[in-house]
Amino acid sequence: MTDETLTTPERYEPGRHPDMPPPGSTVGVIGWLRSNLFSSPLNTILTLAALYLIYLILPPILDWAIFSANWNDGTSREECVREGACWTMIRARFWQFVYGRYPFDQRWRVDTAFLLFLVTAVPLLIDRVPGKKYLAAFVFLILPVISFFLFYGGLGLPVVDTSLWGGLMLTLILGIVGIVFSLPIGILLALGRRSDLPIIRISSVAFIEFVRAVPLITVLFMASVMLPLFLPQGVTFDKLLRAMIGIALFGAAYMAEVVRGGLQAMPRGQYEGAMALGLGYWQMMGLIILPQALKISIPGIVNTFIGLFKDTTLVIVIGLFELLGTVQQATRDANWAGLSTEGYVFAAVVYFMFCFSMSRYSVRLERKLHTGHKRR
Amino acid sequence: MSNAARAVPASMQISDQVMIEVSGLHKWYGQFHVLKNIDLTVYKGERIVVCGPSGSGKSTLIRCLNRLEEHQKGRIVVDGVELSNDLKHIEQVRREVGMVFQHFNLFPHLTVLQNLTLAPIWVRKMPKAEAEKVARHYLERVKIPEQADKFPGQLSGGQQQRVAIARSLCMNPKVMLFDEPTSALDPEMIKEVLDVMIGLAESGMTMLCVTHEMGFARTVANRVIFMDGGEIIEQNDPEGFFANPKSERTKLFLSQILHH
Repeated sequence: MTDETLTTPERYEPGRHPDMPPPGSTVGVIGWLRSNLFSSPLNTILTLAALYLIYLILPPILDWAIFSANWNDGTSREECVREGACWTMIRARFWQFVYGRYPFDQRWRVDTAFLLFLVTAVPLLIDRVPGKKYLAAFVFLILPVISFFLFYGGLGLPVVDTSLWGGLMLTLILGIVGIVFSLPIGILLALGRRSDLPIIRISSVAFIEFVRAVPLITVLFMASVMLPLFLPQGVTFDKLLRAMIGIALFGAAYMAEVVRGGLQAMPRGQYEGAMALGLGYWQMMGLIILPQALKISIPGIVNTFIGLFKDTTLVIVIGLFELLGTVQQATRDANWAGLSTEGYVFAAVVYFMFCFSMSRYSVRLERKLHTGHKRR
Repeated sequence: MSNAARAVPASMQISDQVMIEVSGLHKWYGQFHVLKNIDLTVYKGERIVVCGPSGSGKSTLIRCLNRLEEHQKGRIVVDGVELSNDLKHIEQVRREVGMVFQHFNLFPHLTVLQNLTLAPIWVRKMPKAEAEKVARHYLERVKIPEQADKFPGQLSGGQQQRVAIARSLCMNPKVMLFDEPTSALDPEMIKEVLDVMIGLAESGMTMLCVTHEMGFARTVANRVIFMDGGEIIEQNDPEGFFANPKSERTKLFLSQILHH
């Protein structure tokens, strides 16, 4: 190859060399293909092998899931006549997957609550919304109360017992409650673990280490079976509430360690800079240390959120049927026997949608919070 | 260079009002005795340069003055407030004492303007608009008003250090502490920071400065303190200090930093 692009056609005075475009073979589609897929013989072989593998796998999947699938309405699997997936079952059970056994005529309440959440919480996650402070106050203080009355009843609305809650609605309630509470509790635990006050430090460490050393299933069992044994006679509180508390505290212990990682990455100079200006402990933490530590921890925090969201499936062991639970129930129905693949694929797609959006949002957030070029 | 007959501007007069009183100060890091029986009185308007070999305790000394380091024995009184374990007193002192660090310690997640207005707003409870006015005034004074909306990471080292100085000044401090403010800077940026510090000295600010910039000590300081092994070995006005150092250790130190 001749290096004609690299030789300078004429002489320049020192300090007046013009900026030249990079050699053509390193940019554009060709450049990308060359550097990423065909950069070496081994890389070329791997690329071709991967292409062949995709050719083997993809068409049958597409055929099963889309081209030969049954999309018709129906009440049993007999109505699925084509050899592909029987999405008829999903269609027939769809609303049950969404609401569980929540009474038909009351489902508007669930819709209203989630709609309220959507129109208030989502703008909160986007930058530059006027009156963000008030919106945040509404979402964190007023919305939970409204949601409680909408979901559960009271104030003139008929009570819907929590044993009737289920499906995607329950998954989202558990996930949102877990996420919203685990982060602040986790932050407090992380600060507690680094505190100079021995009692606070020891109790934080003890809580974190105990909860992390126990599987979530055990925590849920404890909350639903053991806890009532310890409470005085006659004192009961709702099974779902106990599960929520269990999940939130469990998530908080993991969150605490993620946040502590971020705190430890903060240079001492940031503390000293803040202290030297006369800031108190909470001002220093709230204005200087945590904003930076949490930014560093975003990947870990979202990782924990996603884990928590998927762990809500475990409430099935205490008899609560969230999305995966309702799907499993449906596949055991005699009318739809043997269609577990379709059910699990559907559940997987729904979980993927939620988890992947969280992941993408975190990437966006990291990019937004990136401030200039770090020099050291 | 300057000589003994150098005229001192009226603004640089030293008053007889005591600003900082240190007596019988001792500090240990574990078993290591870093500061040994330090006595020091700083009057309002003084410009003191503290020098000495590395590990001599000079940084530790000025970091004790705003309680970034805890002392174990002795008394430190800053502007009438004694530094003890009382958090209220510590925060009170820190509000009145500005500090500039070797590594700037700007807050990278905030813009330059936010760095400057943070403490006035949250500590002094100043209204935001007023704090911004003050901040812009000091940015003007350190000659980088155009960088107000950038993040610290987008500035050069010299610019960052000038922002750090402005950030301290926004709290309208009575004393400024400088902990090797030019040691982390590229040579061509040292002058711009020293110029700001000289301007500050000329405005009558009480300053304690740990630095190896002997030119700065000669032009600006009214007193040079030499420390070694955790003790104040000798102190004198700059002319006397550089012309006829008394102790052998001072002579050795001066010969090392002046003729390398």
